[in-house]
Amino acid sequence: MSRQRISLRQELPLLVWLVIVWGALWQDFSPGNLLFGALLAAAVARLFYLPPVELSGRFNVLRAIPFAVMFIGRVVAASFQVFYLAVAQGPKVTNAVVAVPLRSHSDLMVTATGHVISLIPGSLVVEVDRSTSTLYIHGLNVRNADDVLKLRKEVRDTEAGLIRVMGTKEELAALNQEVGA
Amino acid sequence: MNPDASTVDTVIDAVSAVFMIVGAVMSLAAAIGLLRFPDLMSRMHSATKPQVLGLFLLLAAVGLQLRTWWVWPVLVVAWIFQLLTVPVSAHMVGRAGYRTKHLHKELLSSDELEAVVLKAAQAAKDAEPDGGASDSIDR
Amino acid sequence: MMELVLTVTAVVLSLAAAGAIVRIARGPSLLDRVLAADVLLAILGAALCIDMAVNRHLNNLMLLVAVSIIGFIGSVTVARFVADRRGQTNES
Repeated sequence: MSRQRISLRQELPLLVWLVIVWGALWQDFSPGNLLFGALLAAAVARLFYLPPVELSGRFNVLRAIPFAVMFIGRVVAASFQVFYLAVAQGPKVTNAVVAVPLRSHSDLMVTATGHVISLIPGSLVVEVDRSTSTLYIHGLNVRNADDVLKLRKEVRDTEAGLIRVMGTKEELAALNQEVGA
Repeated sequence: MNPDASTVDTVIDAVSAVFMIVGAVMSLAAAIGLLRFPDLMSRMHSATKPQVLGLFLLLAAVGLQLRTWWVWPVLVVAWIFQLLTVPVSAHMVGRAGYRTKHLHKELLSSDELEAVVLKAAQAAKDAEPDGGASDSIDR
Repeated sequence: MMELVLTVTAVVLSLAAAGAIVRIARGPSLLDRVLAADVLLAILGAALCIDMAVNRHLNNLMLLVAVSIIGFIGSVTVARFVADRRGQTNES
């Protein structure tokens, strides 16, 4: 059990999140309660030690807010689209399983992209290949090669947005180079 | 009671009423999708996703109706838990569905995973004669 | 107005629950049933939310979180179980 300690800076987002959950569950954000929550969070993080999530240490709030708004907008639009498909097409709907190679090879980024893609209706992650960081996505109402290309572009755009929000500097540089080229 | 406050009250009531009805309709959308779609995978699209929007709208309606700021963090935490768990369970069921051939191949316009799965299953069969190929691809 | 909302949502959610129960009954496979049961739990959660919003209390919130956790653990467990038994019966 000789795992290397992670620095406080890397642990801080986890602790802050635990304190927020504690305050939210008590519905009480008074300083005393938050302090006790912080003590508990530190104790929990020490006692129930999990493999650390490798955060990139970068978080761009200015990019995060438009990304969140766009995400909710797409969830709303796609929810109604799936509703429409269920009513209008029903049994005649055509699907496809599409392989989408991602740019990033960090586990966190692949997980985040998969989560966002799964939450947006009409696409669903069936399988993940970690070694090549390829997502296999089941898309609803994908009828021809054009739709496949559209789905693939959508996923890669989502990943680009996530990289801009919280990717490492190297990923961001690679992305900017790709867009610029 | 001044008229401004009651107007605001009415507007908040109306907005939350709309949120509640749309949220309930999202549940209905999930049920309609369950009944109408032909195979497991397309059913999953309609079953898991409208819940995300539906729960968001319903929690927003709760927050609007209670009119106190300290309920919002709890509601946000409840929604984030939903966001974290829904894709995981959808992925698990979808993966099991794909592997157990609950998929109607004739409904797919293209399938870029099939060759990979066949190759992985073949490799696992070569490696161990039991044929336990269920987890071969992501190890 | 809340009376009207309550009636409309009650009817809509009842229809949705009926649809999910029909899918549970018809199957055809175990995974379909798990999925439909998950939807049924979500409809229950929606009903709890509407109760909270109309009657202005927060008593159901922990119940709501518990319901969604049960749905999550249930479907993940069954999905694992089905994946381990693959190759024996394919009743799709």
